[in-house]
Parts: sequence; structure tokens; C-alpha cells
Amino acid sequence: MDGNFANQQFVDIGALEEIPRLGARSVKTTSGDIGVFRTADDQVFALRDHCPHKQGPLTQGIVHGTSVTCPLHGWVISLATGQAQGLDSGCTPRFAAKVEHGRVLLAFGPAA
Amino acid sequence: MNSMTGIRKKLVVVGNGMAGMRTVEEILRRAPGMFDITVFGAEAQPNYDRIMLSPLLAGDKTFEQIVLNSLEWYAEHYIQLIAGEAVTEIDRAHRTVTGAKGTVADYDILLLATGSNPFVLPLPGTARPGVMTFRSVADVEQMLTIAAPHKRAVVIGGGLLGLEAAHGLNLRGMAVSVVHLMPTLMERQLDASAAHLLERNLTERGMAIYTCADTQSFDGEGEDGPVHGVILKDGRRIAADLVVMAVGIRPNVNLAKSAGIACGRGVLVDDAMRTCDPAIFAIGECVEHNKQCYGLVAPIWDMAKVAADHICGVAQSGFVPAAAGTRLKVSGIEMFSAGMFMGDETTEDILLRDAGRGVYKRLVLRGDRLVGAVCFGDTRDAGWYFQLLKDGEVLGELRETMISGPASVSSDPNKTLTMMPGHAEICGCNGVSKSTICNAIEAFELCSVDDVRAKTKASASCGSCTGLVEGLLKLSLGDKFAPDAVKPMCKCTSNGHDEVRRRIKGGGLKTMHAVMQALEWRTADGCASCRPALNFYLLSAWPGEYVDDAQSRFVNERVHANIQKDGTYSVVPRMWGGTTTAGELRAIADVVDKFNIPAVKVTGGQRIDMLGVKKEDLRAVWEDLNAAGLVSGHAYGKALRTVKTCVGSQWCRFGVQDSTAMGVALEKATWGSWHPHKVKLAVSGCPRNCAEATIKDFGVIATEAGWDLHVGGNGGIKLRGTELLCKVTSEEEVIEYACAFLQLYRMEARYLERTAPWIERVELKYVQEKIVDNAELRRALFEDFLYAQKFTQTDPWAQEAASEVLGRKYSAMAELV
Repeated sequence: MDGNFANQQFVDIGALEEIPRLGARSVKTTSGDIGVFRTADDQVFALRDHCPHKQGPLTQGIVHGTSVTCPLHGWVISLATGQAQGLDSGCTPRFAAKVEHGRVLLAFGPAA
Repeated sequence: MNSMTGIRKKLVVVGNGMAGMRTVEEILRRAPGMFDITVFGAEAQPNYDRIMLSPLLAGDKTFEQIVLNSLEWYAEHYIQLIAGEAVTEIDRAHRTVTGAKGTVADYDILLLATGSNPFVLPLPGTARPGVMTFRSVADVEQMLTIAAPHKRAVVIGGGLLGLEAAHGLNLRGMAVSVVHLMPTLMERQLDASAAHLLERNLTERGMAIYTCADTQSFDGEGEDGPVHGVILKDGRRIAADLVVMAVGIRPNVNLAKSAGIACGRGVLVDDAMRTCDPAIFAIGECVEHNKQCYGLVAPIWDMAKVAADHICGVAQSGFVPAAAGTRLKVSGIEMFSAGMFMGDETTEDILLRDAGRGVYKRLVLRGDRLVGAVCFGDTRDAGWYFQLLKDGEVLGELRETMISGPASVSSDPNKTLTMMPGHAEICGCNGVSKSTICNAIEAFELCSVDDVRAKTKASASCGSCTGLVEGLLKLSLGDKFAPDAVKPMCKCTSNGHDEVRRRIKGGGLKTMHAVMQALEWRTADGCASCRPALNFYLLSAWPGEYVDDAQSRFVNERVHANIQKDGTYSVVPRMWGGTTTAGELRAIADVVDKFNIPAVKVTGGQRIDMLGVKKEDLRAVWEDLNAAGLVSGHAYGKALRTVKTCVGSQWCRFGVQDSTAMGVALEKATWGSWHPHKVKLAVSGCPRNCAEATIKDFGVIATEAGWDLHVGGNGGIKLRGTELLCKVTSEEEVIEYACAFLQLYRMEARYLERTAPWIERVELKYVQEKIVDNAELRRALFEDFLYAQKFTQTDPWAQEAASEVLGRKYSAMAELV
């Protein structure tokens, strides 16, 4: 899923306003939940809604800068790379997401 | 070329504004006399500096002072100016244009510089007299017919143009309100931190700023009489004698479109500024180049050069949009932003906050290059940053010091302090001078900031001069000064919890942004460690004023339930003093059946825990529980949890007081209160202590004579028994002491510090002095507690179940199946 975001189909999942600033919402897909995160300056990122540590729901964590802190055990995951920060190691798959005309677009299909 | 044969080509310019005339100037510079030039302008005036409309409105400038090309200039250059006549038709086949008054002109080359039109919100009442836009000298003249001291103006749009209009009207003595759709002002130029400072500055100038405010309509006299007010979608009304809409611009493409020239949002041009018709060029705000439209002047000047090169045929240049910088032209506000000031996942920030000077600087770096900058409060270095940004220069060693500017002189604070005269004021709050502090340090052999605070009051109020006081201690004591090793709250700040709390209260800091600015936070929006703490400190310092920030709360407090290891939640309704009824139990049983809740357990706090509830079911579960009179037990919060009781004198043969009723009364008084950590209470009906009151934060044990009050106990990893606070006789006293104790705890303990470690730190004697020995203080703490309770004793479950917006977070944003 990671890596090549080119040629992917983007799907409109809703208005940017539906995600709180410094917050997240989940999107249900047939292959599991994807978390869509919004930073203070309105960038959006999408990650599998599972912490690499014990599968905690990252959408329920606190978003700060371009990171999210998992609610279960406090791992800090980079929204941009999906990588655990600091001394922890692990990675959460990421997906392409973008905002166009106030709508959030998510590409969740397999990479082309 | 034709000029050699004496037959000049005809250049017609449609639009007598800044873009068009700048291109004409560039053409004259390259090839004077090459063209017969005719300029059509819809406005009656010669070309003026539209950027200066705000000073014109403010009365800082006269129209003559903002004219760029006088009528004489047109005459000198043999340019025929047809002012006050818009072009209504282009005949591309015959290469002619026709004006609204019938003037016809032939062209060999046509330059479209029709600019843009202000966007007018299509709302009821838009056509009322007094509702206008801010785009031209005519608009300013019209505003000035209404503007007068004490009249009310509402500016819709808190962007660059809107705020400049607001500033101008404010200087005319009007009471100005700004209505802005987005949460922060100038979001296209400023990040949230800088926008906060801007909003504060404008508010201090007497403007009222409404953010997240969507306009619904304009009311006024009769059907279509003058405007009297602006109605917002949330129902608020702002009185207005004048309404200025500054909500954006639209490229003016009507003429080009009607002539069949390819248009998108703007007139489409290539890198040479040529339209799809090779004889027609376009420039300025009316064009769209590479999917981009432009509203700032710098790129438009670049366009003018390129267009002139091609029109004169002297060079094959191409338009490349350069980074543009923005400044706000409001006197007394220094603001600059350029490039990617928001940054993204590939960039890093260097941040500087100087609370004393109200300065905020953010430099955005990608790799070793500067790609964006925001400066607020001090723009002396903005030009330098902008140059570094435009040049894309490799920063290397500059990176270390660039945030302090190019002149980055070794700013040794001690040197500054040494130079300061003795009478210089260090602490503004308490009016303490340098010599007062230095003399006190010497006379009383003071060696810490706390000593200085106790003796002189310097830095004892808002605390913003703490650094200076430390500096003076260092100067006086030299190496003997050992600053207290304060553990910082988190990596975002060097301040400890106590200092942050003091500054919030003393400095009147009422928002997260205000705290982060005043205390010079190193990150733009804190981290998962400091944000919940700040949210609590602000909430407890400013009850009823501070708006709780859900995004700064741990998930449990955000969704009012406890997250479990599998991502489901547990739900615990409140059972007052551990009592319940058949009706409540039946409702719980029904909920468990209805929602297939897999586990039910009795908690240690004498309540019932439903475990394994799916997040999307939470609201429906609460709704059913609410219907039976059950409310949130706050089992998920850094808050008042339970009041455990035994059955007491009502049933027990040993009971000496009604401990159950006492427990219920305590819980009714204290539920809903937020604390640095969870808080548990208990009431036992006799010294056998069946309610285990001696391992609670506040434990009450009945005696023949009244009640013993115990504090500072907890179970958990580090078991601690309570210490006896005092003995009281009446139930009213139990309530007053309990509330006063909780108030002292939550105002003074550090976030995530339970009562047990807090009391070990400050010692029981300190608590007794405040709660037992000082009746006046106890009473005041009690009243503060009751006041704050007015704002928190609302069942969060009922609120979340009822609100569509609050309810969003419990469901998926979309289902893609």
C-alpha cells in the first residue's frame, strides 16, 4: 500500500470541516479502518487506524504537529511516514489523502 | 519592423489599472514610439495605486498622493486615454474593440488587463444601500459618505483586504466588527499562532472579531431600505450602518469570454502571457496561468515584463511565478508571510516566540533551504528571509542563528542587565526596580527566585520577568547562584507546571495560543503531554470563560467512556453514594441485552461497569440510560469519580451516622468537577470503616461526636493511607471542607498528580493552614468551587447524545465497501 501513490483512484469521503482541527475520523473499508487526520494548518494524512504496537485506534489519539499519540500506550506515530517515533520502532501503512475545494479525497486501493 | 516604415502598430489596452499601465511602461522602456497606444478604463480616474485604498480610506493619503500615472503622463507619451468607458465588445475578425459609449478602436495587438471583481455574497439584503465592496476609489468615496465617528461598520472577510478596510474605518472613528468564516484571521497568510496575535492586536484597537461566523443576511429599513444589521447563521445579529464585503475576488473574464477567448477561472495565457488568440495578450488579476490566478502585485510586475518582451518582440522570456511575500498595511502591526508558511511533512520549523515584545517568527525549512516564513510583531528581518527564500540559498551554518536575524549579535542578556540603570523597572506588575531587587538580594542574602518574590514581589504576579530576576541573581551571586532545577512540563517548554499555572492566572492568559505565545512554547501546537495539562489549567483558572478543547483531551474524556485494549469502550453510570433502584438496574439490563454488551461487572467504586461497548453504540446506550435517569459516572475522567459509602446508621447495628445520605450529599455537591487526576471519596458510618475511607483522596469517618475528615490516601501502585485533616460536627461542614480541599488541590497540584503525592510534596500542615486554620480562605475556596460547578454539572452523555456535531466523532466519516 505504501510507496507509489501515483495513478491511484481518489474517493471523496466528505468535507474537511467534518474532521476537527488537530483531530481525526475513521473511514471503514472492506480491508479495515483507515484513519484520516487533520493538522492545525489543515493538512490531511491517512494511515491504517492501527498502532504498530498493539493495534490501538490511532484516530482516538491526540494529534500534534504532524504526529499522533496512540491512546493505548502513548506511542507517537508520524502522520507523514507512519513510522513510530523516538525509541519505539514499527510502521503503520499510509494512504494518499488530499484536500480539494474543501473536500477530503482518499486513495485506498492498492498502489498502481 | 513597422516602425521603420513609419506606420506604427496599434496597441489597445483594455483596463487602466496597475497591471495594464505597468505593461505600457515596460513597453515604452523597451521600444518607445513603436506603438500608437489607446487605453480604455472603466473608472473615470487615471491609474492609481489600488494597494493604497486602505490609507485613502483611513485618511492617511489623498487621492492625488496615490495616483501612479497622471493625466499629463498619458499626454506626454501620446497615449490616448478613454477613461470612464468600459469596453463591451471585441471583434477579433476585424481587430476592433467597441466601448460602452460607442467608441471604436482598431488594434494590431490587444492587451487585456480587466482585473478582477470583488465577490459579492448572494445573500438576502445584499442590494440594500450601505452594503458595498472595497475595490475602487468609488467604493471608498461611497463609504466615506456613511462613515462617521460612532457609527457602526461590519466588515465581512478577515483576509488582507478586509482587515485593511476595517483598519481604515476604525481610524475614521467607527465601531468596527469583522466577521470571518474561518476559525483564524488571514488563514491564507498566517498560521494559527500569528493569527492569534493579530486578533489580539485588533481587539486591543477596539475592533470586535467574530471568527467561525457565517453571514446569513442583512436586515434594514423596509424591503430594500438602508442596512441596519448583519444576521449570522448562528442567530447572532451585529448592528451596522455600513457593511463592507471583502470575501475575495473573481477574475473579470466576461469580455474575453464573450469574444470566444479561452477562459478557465481567468483568461488562459501561456508563458508569454499570450491568450489563445496570438494577437491578444492578457495580464494581471484577470489571467489564469498554469491553473493559478494572482492577486498580489509582485508576480503581476513579473508578468508585465514578460508581456512587454513579447509585445515588443525583444526577448523570448517566460513567466515563472516567484514566491510572493505579503504584508498587512495596517499602521502599528508588523506582519509578513511568504512561501510555504504552513510547512508540510517534508519540512521542519524553527520557531521564536518573544512574549515580552509580542513577537512570533516561524521559519519553514526543507532540507537545508528556507521555503516559508511568518513574522509577526517584528518584520525587520523579513526582507532578509524573503531574499534567502527566493534565492533558495543553502543555509549551512546560518540555520543556527537565522531566527534572530542577519545581525544576530551575541545577545548576552546579562550584558543588557548590567547596562540597565538602577531605577529601571524589572517587574511591571508590582513596580519593582532593578536596584530594589539587587539591594534585597544583598541585604537579606536571597538566593532563589522564590526568595526574591517573597521579599520584593518581583515576578510574583504574571511572572513574565522571571528570567530578568534570575539574571539579577546571577549578576549578584555569580557562581553561587544555582537556579532551582525545575522539571519542564514537556519538551515543548522549559517551564515547569507551577510556573505555567502562575503565568496563566497572573498573566490573564485565557487561551491555549495565549499561553504558548506568552511562555514561548517551542512547538506550534504542543504535544500529547502538555495539551491536556494546559487544557485543565485553563479550565480550572477560568471557569465559565475558557472553552474546553476536545482535541486536547485524552480519548476517554473526549468520548466520555473508557477505551479498552480492543478499542471498545466501557460505560459506567453514576450511582449516587453507591445506591441504585430496581428501575435503574432494569434499564441497565435492557441496555446490555439490546446492544449485546459482552461483560458486566461491579466496580470497586460501588457502580456497574458495562464492558465491550462499540463506539458507534455509545450514544444510543447513553440515550437509553438517560431515559431511566442514569447519568455519566465520569469513570473515564481526571475528575470526581465515586463516593463510596457503607449503609450506616440507617441499617447497620454499629452505625453512628447516616453515612449513605452523607455520601449522596457529597456526590451531589462534587460530581462533574475536573481535577489534576481522578478523585475518589468515601464515607464510613463508624470507625470500623467499611467504606475504606482511609485510602481515598477525601475520606469521611463518622464518630459519636460528628465526622473525622481524612485526606491524601489512595490504593493503586503506591498505597498510601490518609492523614487526619480535622474533626467537624455538622454535615454542612463536611461539604464545605470537602469542596474547599478539592478546590485547593485542583488549583495547586500539578496535572496528573494525585492528592497523595501532592500532600507529600506540600505537607499536611500546609493544607491544614489553608483549610482548617483559615476559615475565611476555606469559605472563599468553597465559594470558588461552587461557582465553577455551575458550569460543569451538566450530564455530558445527554449533551453528546443530543448534538449532531458532537455526535460525529462516534461514527466513521465514510464507509467504503
